[in-house]
Amino acid sequence: MNETSSETRSVVVEREMPFPPEKIWRALTQPHLIEEWLMKNDFKPIVDHRFNLSADWGAVDCQVLTVKPNKSLSYTWAAHGLESVVTWTLTPTGKGTHLRMEQTGFRPDQTQAYQGAKFGWPKFFASLEQVLARID
Amino acid sequence: MAQSHDLLFRTLADPTRRAIFERLCRDGAQTVAALTAQSGVSQPAVSKHLRALKQAQLVRDRHEGRQTHYTAQLSALAPLLDWTSQMAGFWQSRFDDLEDLLRRMDQ
Repeated sequence: MNETSSETRSVVVEREMPFPPEKIWRALTQPHLIEEWLMKNDFKPIVDHRFNLSADWGAVDCQVLTVKPNKSLSYTWAAHGLESVVTWTLTPTGKGTHLRMEQTGFRPDQTQAYQGAKFGWPKFFASLEQVLARID
Repeated sequence: MAQSHDLLFRTLADPTRRAIFERLCRDGAQTVAALTAQSGVSQPAVSKHLRALKQAQLVRDRHEGRQTHYTAQLSALAPLLDWTSQMAGFWQSRFDDLEDLLRRMDQ
């Protein structure tokens, strides 16, 4: 890998949802609903609010950056040495909503994964198996 | 997903083969005989797994007299350790759960 510490990369996942933006907004911003599809959390849709997402595999430290009800939401996402920003964008379409998630960031030391200090082989193989379960 | 990913996933999907690879990662270079002694399968089976690992560039072999020593090539895993591919898989399944939830929610 030819990563440098300042290099920024991103992941984009987009999907057409047959639901209005208002309904999706609730699922993205109400803690008891967030818990159902993402992780346990103490989220509040308030700029600068710091919150945690937690799962059995660990926790993610977050801080709210922008809140535009029913349109867009962004927060920082820091976990396992990955510093990033997650941005949700909701665009109404004729049949529902185009939902877009972009995660932009970088990992200061990609090679730490080799050392296994924070990552570890068991975790690596667990995530590998999840990927395997999805491909035929 | 890139073809190189497919080959890596397929190669590491077999539990016996994965165990051999993990052992090489953990304990360093090993001969076929040493790997066979702990694998619980026959030497030809171990050799076959090593050939598959070599094809996926997960191991390298070095001949020394009548012995062949195998070494894990961790650099072959680099595409899998890239955070973007890990997170893409993570978010795809979160989107699935989100869609399930939306279907269940009242207006």
